[in-house]
Amino acid sequence: MAIAVPPEQAVRQRNPGAFTERVLNVFRYLRRNRSLLVGLSVLFALFLFVVIGRLTVDIGEARPMSVGSLDPPSRELPFGSDKQGRNLYAVMVEGTPLTFRLGLIAGVIGVTVGAFVGFVAGYYGGVIDDVLKVLVDVGLTIPGLLILIIIAMNVKAGLTVNQMTFSIAVLAWLYPARVVRSQVLTLKERGYVQIARLSGMSGRKVIVRELLPNLFPYLVAALVASVAAAVLAAIGLEMLGLGPFEAPTLGMTLYWVNYNAAIINGWWWWWVPPIVVIAMLFIGLFLTAVGLDELANPRLRNRV
Amino acid sequence: MFFLVVWLAGTVNFFLPRLGNGDPVRDKLLQQASLGGNVQAGMDDMVADYDKKFGLDTPLWDQYVNYTRDMLRFEFNYSIANYPAKVLDIIGDALPWTLGLLFTTTLISWLVGGLLGALLGWPRSPRSLRYLMPPLLALNAIPFFLLGLVLIYLFAFRLNWFPLSGGFSIGTFPSFGWGFAWNVLHHSILPAMAIIVVSIGGWALTMRSMMVTTFGEDYVTYADAKGLKSRTIFVHYSIRNVLLPQTTALALVLGQLITGTVLVEVIFSYPGIGTTLYNGIRGSDYYLVQGIVFFLILSIALATLILDLIYPLLDPRITYQKA
Repeated sequence: MAIAVPPEQAVRQRNPGAFTERVLNVFRYLRRNRSLLVGLSVLFALFLFVVIGRLTVDIGEARPMSVGSLDPPSRELPFGSDKQGRNLYAVMVEGTPLTFRLGLIAGVIGVTVGAFVGFVAGYYGGVIDDVLKVLVDVGLTIPGLLILIIIAMNVKAGLTVNQMTFSIAVLAWLYPARVVRSQVLTLKERGYVQIARLSGMSGRKVIVRELLPNLFPYLVAALVASVAAAVLAAIGLEMLGLGPFEAPTLGMTLYWVNYNAAIINGWWWWWVPPIVVIAMLFIGLFLTAVGLDELANPRLRNRV
Repeated sequence: MFFLVVWLAGTVNFFLPRLGNGDPVRDKLLQQASLGGNVQAGMDDMVADYDKKFGLDTPLWDQYVNYTRDMLRFEFNYSIANYPAKVLDIIGDALPWTLGLLFTTTLISWLVGGLLGALLGWPRSPRSLRYLMPPLLALNAIPFFLLGLVLIYLFAFRLNWFPLSGGFSIGTFPSFGWGFAWNVLHHSILPAMAIIVVSIGGWALTMRSMMVTTFGEDYVTYADAKGLKSRTIFVHYSIRNVLLPQTTALALVLGQLITGTVLVEVIFSYPGIGTTLYNGIRGSDYYLVQGIVFFLILSIALATLILDLIYPLLDPRITYQKA
């Protein structure tokens, strides 16, 4: 492999037309980092699908009884309709961003809280670290879905999408906390952090100015992984019948598919779109995470 | 660690339901009343009666102590939805199915995935293997049950090779005979495939990257220089050293495996813990769901403990004796 200039350095050379140069560099980097390119493309394709869908279909038809029951795909209903008379095209257009938004919110909350906990525990150490370490270890041993089941069982009216988002977010900080903590432990001993500390920087400043920028790629990778985990947890809950019954999320669509035994009744148009969209979402997120890992940790380059 | 997990699980399991002010018995009765059209009179008496029977009328603290004591004896109370049956018995009926499915699929995918990854990381293995990796990785990103749905459609609905759902054919009775064993195996192939095919990629990936690092090690170079057969280097020098982190990884994903299996069972109506849990949720059967959740957490903690204890066998450097 030819030795190329790392994109970060190339970007820093301030030449005229820096902006186009920057954009070009991003593309040049993407060409080398295949996983990131494919991952982002898949996610972008989903985004396009939703945008085009919004422009071409009435979202209101994602509600039951808005079109005929169990119509196979046709010119008016490109994806057909389900048993309760939802326009499945509208359901997909409405459900994809709904599910993604859920994952994104839970992921952002999880990574923010997790990073905070990880920084504090890793940097300050001591009793806080011991307690948090045990808490995170124990928490990670118990699958989040099981705790979510208990939570959801106790909401009488069934969870709303937002309640589900926040229940998932409550458990989403554990993994980022562990990742950040272990990274902080190694970074803490580096020369530049030591110097910053010796020159009298306060702990908070060291974390914000020295540690945070260096861990940024890890945080972004952790965010993508958390989004995927949150979506997985949500779909799991929904499959078990603990989801928001009135919302047309991807998981609920699959729940109705399973509930009405759509597969063995031959209603293929009902279950193919949600499966394809969910698979695309997960594969896109997974490849993006792998690509970002590569970006954060260049030693992994050219492995996958 | 083991006891901490179990205690925390039990406590969470106990307090979370009581944070929400649901009234399981009343809910259940209301549900039955609305279904069967029973008269509503005497409802409060019935609730009080049942509350007493299930111990719901005592103070919270007493309930907690009772609950902890009960759980230590695996006493999960009666199932609310199918009253005379005890939760523990229901779990006991479902357990062999889940255990069989989980154990065989994990073992197969761990071994096959590990071997595949080892071969992929091995510079002298055929190049054609490399084309296997991208599709396996893509599959690894999706949840088990998603592939399960596709498998049902292709192999059960379209091709009719395998049954659509269940653990054995309706009309046959569980017995110890070859006919029944074949019947069970036939039903379990699709759910097992869903789990195995999805998880192989993950094992192969971790195995491969670790194998690649061992080839950089001096002892492998040295073994090569000594003129050892490449088979010996492969098995005794590389795989032997990668075994330990690969086992650690097994402990880490155990939770995911179990929840994944639960959902696969729901898709296939496989008569294991997952389907029981699903039915419990649909029948808002509190004690059943609680019992199952606690039981699953307990099993994960136990499996982690067992893996911890196996470590010294795999890696002689680790001992649990104080130096």
